[in-house]
Amino acid sequence: MAELAAWLRDPSPKSRLQARLGQGYMGWLRFRRNPLAMIGLLIVMLLLVVAALAPVLAPHDPITQDLRMRLLPPLTEGHILGTDDFGRDILSRLIMGSRITLFIIAMVAVTAPLFGMLVGTVAGYFGGLVDEVLMRLTDIFLAFPKLILALALVAVLGPGMENAVLAIALTSWPPYARVARAETLTVRNSDYIAAVRLQGAGAGRIILGHVMPMCLPSVIIRVTLDMAGVILIAAGLGFLGLGVQPPMPEWGAMISAGRKYLFEQWWVATMPGLAIFIVSLGFNLLGDGLRDVLDPRNSGK
Amino acid sequence: MASTPIDPTGPSRLFSLTRRTAGVLVSLAFTFLGLLFVTFIIARVVPIDPVLAILGDRATDAQIAAERLRLGLDEPLWKQFGIYVWQAVQGDLGTSIRTKQPVISEIAQYFPATLELATLATIFGVLLGVPAGVLAATKPGSWADQLVRLVGLMGYSMPVFWLGLMGLLLFYGVLGWVGGPGRLDAAFDMMFEFEVTQHTGMILLDTALAGRWDMFANAISHIILPAGILGYLSMAYISRMTRSFMMNELGQEYITTARVKGMPERRVIWVHAMKNVMVPLITVVALSYAFLLEGAVLTETIFGWPGLGSYITDALLVGDMPSVLGGTVVVGVAYIGLNMLSDVLYRLVDPRAR
Amino acid sequence: MTLLSVQNLRVSFDTEAGLVEAVRGVSFSLGRERLGIVGESGSGKTQTGRAVLRLIRPPGRIEADRMDFDGQNLMTASEREMRALRGRRIAMVMQDPKYSLNPVMKVGAQLMEGLRQRDRLGRAEAHAKAVAALDAVQIRDPERVMEAYPHELSGGMGQRVMIAMMLIPDPDLLIADEPTSALDVTVQAEVLSILDGLVRTRGMGLIFISHDLRLVARFCDRVLVMFKGRVVEELAARDLMQARHPYTQGLLNCLPRIGGPRVPLPALDRNAEWAR
Ligand SMILES: Nc1ncnc2c1ncn2[C@@H]1O[C@H](COP(=O)(O)OP(=O)(O)O)[C@@H](O)[C@H]1O
Ligand SMILES: [Mg+2]
Repeated sequence: MAELAAWLRDPSPKSRLQARLGQGYMGWLRFRRNPLAMIGLLIVMLLLVVAALAPVLAPHDPITQDLRMRLLPPLTEGHILGTDDFGRDILSRLIMGSRITLFIIAMVAVTAPLFGMLVGTVAGYFGGLVDEVLMRLTDIFLAFPKLILALALVAVLGPGMENAVLAIALTSWPPYARVARAETLTVRNSDYIAAVRLQGAGAGRIILGHVMPMCLPSVIIRVTLDMAGVILIAAGLGFLGLGVQPPMPEWGAMISAGRKYLFEQWWVATMPGLAIFIVSLGFNLLGDGLRDVLDPRNSGK
Repeated sequence: MASTPIDPTGPSRLFSLTRRTAGVLVSLAFTFLGLLFVTFIIARVVPIDPVLAILGDRATDAQIAAERLRLGLDEPLWKQFGIYVWQAVQGDLGTSIRTKQPVISEIAQYFPATLELATLATIFGVLLGVPAGVLAATKPGSWADQLVRLVGLMGYSMPVFWLGLMGLLLFYGVLGWVGGPGRLDAAFDMMFEFEVTQHTGMILLDTALAGRWDMFANAISHIILPAGILGYLSMAYISRMTRSFMMNELGQEYITTARVKGMPERRVIWVHAMKNVMVPLITVVALSYAFLLEGAVLTETIFGWPGLGSYITDALLVGDMPSVLGGTVVVGVAYIGLNMLSDVLYRLVDPRAR
Repeated sequence: MTLLSVQNLRVSFDTEAGLVEAVRGVSFSLGRERLGIVGESGSGKTQTGRAVLRLIRPPGRIEADRMDFDGQNLMTASEREMRALRGRRIAMVMQDPKYSLNPVMKVGAQLMEGLRQRDRLGRAEAHAKAVAALDAVQIRDPERVMEAYPHELSGGMGQRVMIAMMLIPDPDLLIADEPTSALDVTVQAEVLSILDGLVRTRGMGLIFISHDLRLVARFCDRVLVMFKGRVVEELAARDLMQARHPYTQGLLNCLPRIGGPRVPLPALDRNAEWAR
């Protein structure tokens, strides 16, 4: 263990791999010293574990109704967080709902950056008119208020999880296009790209095989930072009844259902909101810590 | 050479200013066209027959044909888009399916309430966020810095509609400190309609202008909670950005110059650094104002606030697409307008950009 | 008569990568004379100069056995007492006017700031003094420069404004930190001669920081040679050519000479032993 640490800390690395890993290790050391970031990491890991083991962890069935048990307050025997208006255990619904949240995050995290990267790299690689047109398009989408555009899209496509994902992805790609374009501009004229071109590679192969991989790191950081926003928009759509449909235990929709009972049975609306808050705080803390590691200028001491 | 104080190589100020303004206007025009294009596409994809939606299904064939002609539905798509743009430029955003009223005049009624809410929230956000960010930047790593960071990140992480519900539960339901949903108590609602001239459509301004302080106080008790909640979100954003800008400025050499001159730290931060922080901060405030217009959509539904957000979501629930898209265009135009405004202000505070 | 005496000055930074010791036990004293500090980049010249004004910010730290200015102990002076010294009695001209002037304030406002805020002068009086100061640094069109923003000035003009600003209160000690390094070669001589003339006529003490040994020799009475945070040699400027320390000799030999033999310039010899 100590040997490994020494190898990682070696100020004059013997190989590229060692240099890379060493840099990562130093970053991790800095990250570890930031308690808020560590909390964020913990929350995100917890979300992954809970989602993976949801059926095992959930004490009750999240869908089956039992009207005799409706609106029980928190700390009731067997229902730590209480029950909702259909007598379903809120904790179980939150646990199962973590899968929905994670699914939406994952889908958006795969589609939007991919599309944004495609637009950004193509614009950056070809430059000129192509760049002009694609970046104008990006600006137009940036000029749209995200949530409202997502609302309009879901209104057209019809409510549901897939459409919600599609709408969020369609409103989230422009920043990735910007980032990818900036990265592309820096590598476009580098010697190794010229070398690949001399070997007869076409534009498509260069972009997919050589330019895009270079953009990945900065795009991945951006994705982490954006996840909290995605969670909030998804919850907003669910709250307005345009996202995942009942009886699926989507957190935003659960808040909406609890609204009727806000003043008498406060827990029905409160608990799912807490879940959303904790998870997106986790992503925010994690992303913030990551940014500090990668851009120490902005951090305190 | 060195004896010429003013750099003669640069283009004249007036020339560069007009050229840059023209460039900005052109790009804004493009963005506006794009905005209309996207809403146009969305409108054409909707599986609702716009003619039947407007006239109802008891319309005669002749009426339907006339309406199709008026809307240009028999023309090729690009021509329809042209008509759409032309009408939008003239302020015609179509007719609401629910009320059969022109969308634009309905929005004109709803918009002031949103504007009032977002403006007050932005004022809160700036008044709290800027000092918090400066405090954090001057003591990086201190507990105050950590607190500002945590409070900011929490604001980034809360669903605004849930925060609104929690606010209502606590301050209205439990403590009874604030007025509930709506812009006024029911008792005042009618009075406001009939006794106060609505110059601006913003209750605080109109009641103050009319000298109706009883109504003004009531309006305050209603707006304070939603504005406070949106203001918190705005503060979260503004304080983080202020911190980062201020940290950057405090590391600059001219700050040392000011200290060498014997200036007290207060003046170094609030005059020397702040004048420079203002430059990027203006854009941030404009952006946060735009975010608030959007955040208002969900907040308004919680607080029964009769603004643009309520208008859009209500229309959405009954499938009134012209209203939804009209509202979207208006918010988009507000975005563009704010961008332009921040560009102009930016030039006013930064002599290098003139 | 000594104006400033510094004994065993240390400046260190507690950074993530560990403790950086920028200045490690520098001692010197200075009357109303011109002291040069030379050394390669990173040798701690700037930090030494700023330590005298106590302008090292956290995470930096200043320690010294003694640092007295005109009978006043700078190490124990309160921040308030330091502010009274800064500007009025000790001033500093920095390297690059592009960065050391506030970009969004008019030159006039920056010139008058000290007079108005610190010395509580009225507007007209401050204005007159500022114009006079610009006159003194041979700016021909002072009224116009007063209304200009720093980015509208050339480098040489900016540095003259900086000098004017710092000399307005007639300080007893001026620290000039590479005042011409960022300027075009053509205006360096001009700015230097202006600085030289003003310091001479007003009889103030000067700490002149530079990496250019020849320049320092021409300009100063005495020279400190710094290397890695330490003074390796102190000697009178006229004895420079007889420098004994190999580092100083190295610095001298690095410079090409007009009319000298055309051989490749030797690389600067850096022996870690000297930094001990
Ligand atoms: N804020 C800082 N943090 C860490 N190290 C610093 C800082 N400022 C200066 N140093 C270090 O102090 C040393 C001396 O710097 P400086 O006095 O500016 O050198 P010079 O002016 O002779 O070029 C440098 O090696 C630099 O790395
Ligand atoms: Mg230096």
